[in-house]
Amino acid sequence: MTGYTFAEKALGRAAGGLTVRAGEVVDVTPDLVFSHDNTAAIRRIFQDEIGATTIKHPERVAFTLDHAVPAPTTRHAQNHAEIREWVRQQNVAHFFEVGRGICHQVISEEGLILPGELIFGSDSHTTHFGWLGAFGMAVGRTEMAALWLTGQIWLQVPRALRIWLDGRPQPYTTAKDVALHILGRYGADGGQYRSVEFAGNAITHLSLSERAVLTNMMAEFGAMNAYMPPDDAVFDYLQPHQERDYTPLYPDADAVYDETHHIDISALTPQIARPHRPDNVVALDEVAGTPVQQAFIGTCTNGRYEDLCAAAEILRGQRARIRLIVIPASSHVLEQAARSGVLADLISAGATISTPGCGPCMGNHMGVPAPDEATISTGNRNFRGRMGTREADIYLSNPYVVAASAITGRITDPQEVL
Amino acid sequence: MTTTTHRAWVYGDNVNTDVIFPGKYTYTVREPEQIARHALEDLDADFASNVQSGDVIVAGRNWGCGSSREQAVTALKYCGVRVIIAQAFSGLYFRNCINQGIHPILCPPDFNKSIKTGDTVLIDYAKGVISANGETFNIPPLSPTVRHILSAGGLVAMLKARSG
Ligand code: SF4
Repeated sequence: MTGYTFAEKALGRAAGGLTVRAGEVVDVTPDLVFSHDNTAAIRRIFQDEIGATTIKHPERVAFTLDHAVPAPTTRHAQNHAEIREWVRQQNVAHFFEVGRGICHQVISEEGLILPGELIFGSDSHTTHFGWLGAFGMAVGRTEMAALWLTGQIWLQVPRALRIWLDGRPQPYTTAKDVALHILGRYGADGGQYRSVEFAGNAITHLSLSERAVLTNMMAEFGAMNAYMPPDDAVFDYLQPHQERDYTPLYPDADAVYDETHHIDISALTPQIARPHRPDNVVALDEVAGTPVQQAFIGTCTNGRYEDLCAAAEILRGQRARIRLIVIPASSHVLEQAARSGVLADLISAGATISTPGCGPCMGNHMGVPAPDEATISTGNRNFRGRMGTREADIYLSNPYVVAASAITGRITDPQEVL
Repeated sequence: MTTTTHRAWVYGDNVNTDVIFPGKYTYTVREPEQIARHALEDLDADFASNVQSGDVIVAGRNWGCGSSREQAVTALKYCGVRVIIAQAFSGLYFRNCINQGIHPILCPPDFNKSIKTGDTVLIDYAKGVISANGETFNIPPLSPTVRHILSAGGLVAMLKARSG
């Protein structure tokens, strides 16, 4: 009898303490479900299509307003108003207003989900919560409506894939480069519908922010969920917020994995995803020199305090030659950057700062490019049309590279501008 | 008398959702009946024009891999397919099947090699067995929730019934 993967343990727990194996279908009860600006659309399915009236467990529901905030048009404002009304009607326990930040970041900061727990979000990057050692999975809008109504959903326990990380990163190389490398090497479907479970000595040396970059980006890998074994750094982070007990879960040493990929982080240099796929990845020097007209630092992948610090490290005493848009992932990040002086450094270097939220990541507003322009972004997706027009190019990289490229107006190695 | 008779369309391993419903139509073709006209277009040109209500798909490993697009289930559903038999499904495709009221059935290895397109598949739900060309296997059990969704005809239909 072999051991169990994280996914088997976490879903067994959520199924009421059952012993489950990959491939089995189980009914699971999540600890939290969340949606964002798409909450109004889910409400329409819930009330108009299904004919339901009441959310079963409003105490386990969270909504954030983050995808288009503050409302750029009257229609967006109406959408937000509809969601606020729904929060009042249903007594939804966790509601985060315009400006609080991006769903994944805010729910992490608030300690609403804990190691070993199960969270569903109607957002594809719900894999994010693996940084806490939680099981995070994206669901569709209809399934979110079902979760509101019944508090449960069925799942087929996924098979698992292990990514073993060794080594420490070189200067100006980050977890983002590790994520891009994984995508480039194994393809955008390399983790399809599997539990991507990270392991290896390198993890203890990764900051919490870097761990989140990796689990967040596994959405681009097709993963059902992603997982990092939680350690004291995670427990300490959660300690001030946590309102309930939890039991961290770890895969058994003899758990069954489809395969194990070994990655030596110390061998990596900065990586870039070229248009129009996140797995269209090359080393920075292959595209260095490509002109860009806009630089964007933000998103649920790389909009945390550490990312703003990385950018400031490059930009301090320098001047951006192109549009440089900085959008903190949350109000806490913004506040921390304001207090520490990092924000002032960025502004002196020519950055413009916008309301915490998704910003131009999916082309809603606040920094969408013109046709034929190229943007270098710390985001996670560079699909054609992602930022609003299909004629624009998007390059993905780490925040050091975005900051360096902002100074020169072309894709630039950070070492070149120091 | 509990046995139902079905005509099989037999395919191999790793049939992806792009050949089940081509990506180029995802934003232009929206009505289910229209979607159905393109079912399996890039895999089997005969399928959409000859499929009949009640026919079943028999496939190998990893049926429905690739994009998670739900239209790859819708296309077959509106061709009248209610059962898909495969050695293994992509997880997302499996999920989309259940939520749309299509029964995905796991079969033993090489079942798709023991029969050919046009052969008859017998399904006995009461006994929980499937047979074709003298080969018989048990239908793997589904969880109560999944059975409930399937018998209601899909997730929205089930929830409607529950809340109505
Ligand atoms: S920042 Fe971008 S990827 Fe992240 S939740 Fe917002 S729109 Fe999605």
